[in-house]
Amino acid sequence: MSQKTIVQAINEAMDQVMEQDPTVMVLGLDVGKNGGVFRVTDGLQEKFGENRIVDTPIAESGTVGVAIGLAVNGFKPIVEMQFMGFIYSAMDQICSQAARVRSRSGGRFTAPMVIRGPFGGGVHALELHCDSYEAFFAHTPGLKVVIPSNPYDAKGLLISAIEDPDPVVFFEPMRIYRSIREEVPEEMYRIPIGKANIVREGEELTIISWGAPVHTAKALAEKMYEERGLSIEVIDLRTLVPFDTETIVNSIKKTGRAIVMHEAVKTGGFGAEVATRIMEEAFLYMECPVERVTGFDTPYPFPQVEHDWMPNEERLVQAVYKVLTF
Amino acid sequence: MRNLDFELVRTLNDEGNLLDGVTIDLSEVELLELYEKMLMTRLFDERAFRLQRQGRIGTYPPYKGQEAAQVGSVFNLEKGDWLFPYGRDLAACFTFGKDMKSALLYAMGHKDGSKVSEDTNIFPLAIMIPPQIPQAVGAAWASKLRGEDRVALATIGDGGTSKGDFHEGMNMAAVYKAPAIFLCQNNQWAISVPIEKQMATDTVVQKAIAYGMEGVRVDGNDVLAVYQVTKEAIKRARNGEGPTFIEALTYRVGPHTTSDDPTRYRKETEAEKWKQRDPIELYKKFLINQGLWSEEQDAKMTENIKEMINTAVKEAEATTKTRLIDIFDHVYQLPTDDLMKQKQSVESEFLIPQ
Repeated sequence: MSQKTIVQAINEAMDQVMEQDPTVMVLGLDVGKNGGVFRVTDGLQEKFGENRIVDTPIAESGTVGVAIGLAVNGFKPIVEMQFMGFIYSAMDQICSQAARVRSRSGGRFTAPMVIRGPFGGGVHALELHCDSYEAFFAHTPGLKVVIPSNPYDAKGLLISAIEDPDPVVFFEPMRIYRSIREEVPEEMYRIPIGKANIVREGEELTIISWGAPVHTAKALAEKMYEERGLSIEVIDLRTLVPFDTETIVNSIKKTGRAIVMHEAVKTGGFGAEVATRIMEEAFLYMECPVERVTGFDTPYPFPQVEHDWMPNEERLVQAVYKVLTF
Repeated sequence: MRNLDFELVRTLNDEGNLLDGVTIDLSEVELLELYEKMLMTRLFDERAFRLQRQGRIGTYPPYKGQEAAQVGSVFNLEKGDWLFPYGRDLAACFTFGKDMKSALLYAMGHKDGSKVSEDTNIFPLAIMIPPQIPQAVGAAWASKLRGEDRVALATIGDGGTSKGDFHEGMNMAAVYKAPAIFLCQNNQWAISVPIEKQMATDTVVQKAIAYGMEGVRVDGNDVLAVYQVTKEAIKRARNGEGPTFIEALTYRVGPHTTSDDPTRYRKETEAEKWKQRDPIELYKKFLINQGLWSEEQDAKMTENIKEMINTAVKEAEATTKTRLIDIFDHVYQLPTDDLMKQKQSVESEFLIPQ
């Protein structure tokens, strides 16, 4: 085992799956010689050649469309979105085509593929690069939506995603691409899609999150335990679709209080779905309404204010007091 | 700069006689098979239109007038090849193995309407415009990567060439030298918008030049010409010489769909002009001129086909309707827990508290 970043873990996952399965390909902008603008595909073209690590023209929609054709004819493409902020250009191919080819054709054609790329803010990137669009895809039947929050999960979840028989949209938290290092096993391993992870156990309050904010929640839970003896449970959802109702509901039955934290804008965000599930399945166990800590309902802001815009520890602390004193 | 003048490839004059210098490399059996398919698709289309008017099927987009473009091109495909049809393309689908019953089921809104057998590579009708262009590139390229000589044929209308996926897919096809054939059925209308409002180019086919792709312009009502140019395009594709863009010049004789009223935007006389070179009548004249066919044989074949259509209609109407619980089955390979719960809620009788 060695210490790896999320970028390295994702690279290793693709490398190992491609060694085993000759039908797996990577397509995207600058993924070849350049190794991707974040170096996620670093060294892969040298190893697997230009037919498997493919530099595409600038064509998000065309590339996903080509990937659908490859997938229905026996390949397993991984499409790298240079930034998930660019994914709108490919919405028809993803949501009307890839997601629905199985149901439209009565199961005759399937499009197993992974569409992956960095998402989220906090790195002073250029405008239109930083949005969190996960809710759109969670709202599209036929897609699975996976969001790792750490290097270990990134590798195990990506291997599962590539091997999955259905299209998976895989969001990689850009802000923590390289800032977290942890032990990642050398061998291949899989983390099942559809299982949430209890990052920290607690008794008095549950914080549910995914992607980079998981770390904000975890750090606050540790701090509040040390400072005040407050016992907070932190759950990393890991996959939005399929949704792990059981883990969430069991936690709420124990704690009776919940906060959902995500970087995406508030209205129509996936936090609303999580809150409703809790209402449907664990209403009588609740001590207070579910609180949401999210981005504001504005376009992703200018870099000068992005740190204040993003859900941060301060706003999370306010929410913690609100639910505890309801 | 490359010459923008694309000659319109034709084999027959208006009387159904071969033009000078044209040779046809189809056997008598094949020539008659081609005609049978054309006649069958025409009779199906007319029947389907009436079925919609009788309320027995839903919205239907007639392809009348475009049979030669669809049948003549797809007649060249072999098992293992791929067809990515656009929305007005049932004649193409029939020619590649789709049966009439499933086409009727589709028009009836049945879940199996786009389901084809395991050895038939017909993608569901595109409906959206035109995702099938890059998709066909991918399927064609997959065959090439495996070292197979299979090809993919995608069809598109003239209006579809205005969209981004056309550009992205055509460009990628040329870059990857994908063994793909793109057949544009230029029927000159996108619902109510005529081609001169759709594009400022003199032809559709000249767009091929921009992609560094072979382009051919053919009389889309001349089935032998369509057959011939597609055959050459497929041969190039199988030989690793890359994709071809074919513009088949034709005309949408009918409305856009059964819900459309063309009298709002065009004169009937225009359609009448095109009916003078109706693809089925033209080809029938050719066969009769060649001594291969007679009106008597034609009447007999018409009756036989009508009987087949009757049978298909009966079978489609007798097919068990789609049930609500059926729609949960092919969302994912295995349903998620949420889907299972929703399906169970449909299956179990809904309990109302007394």
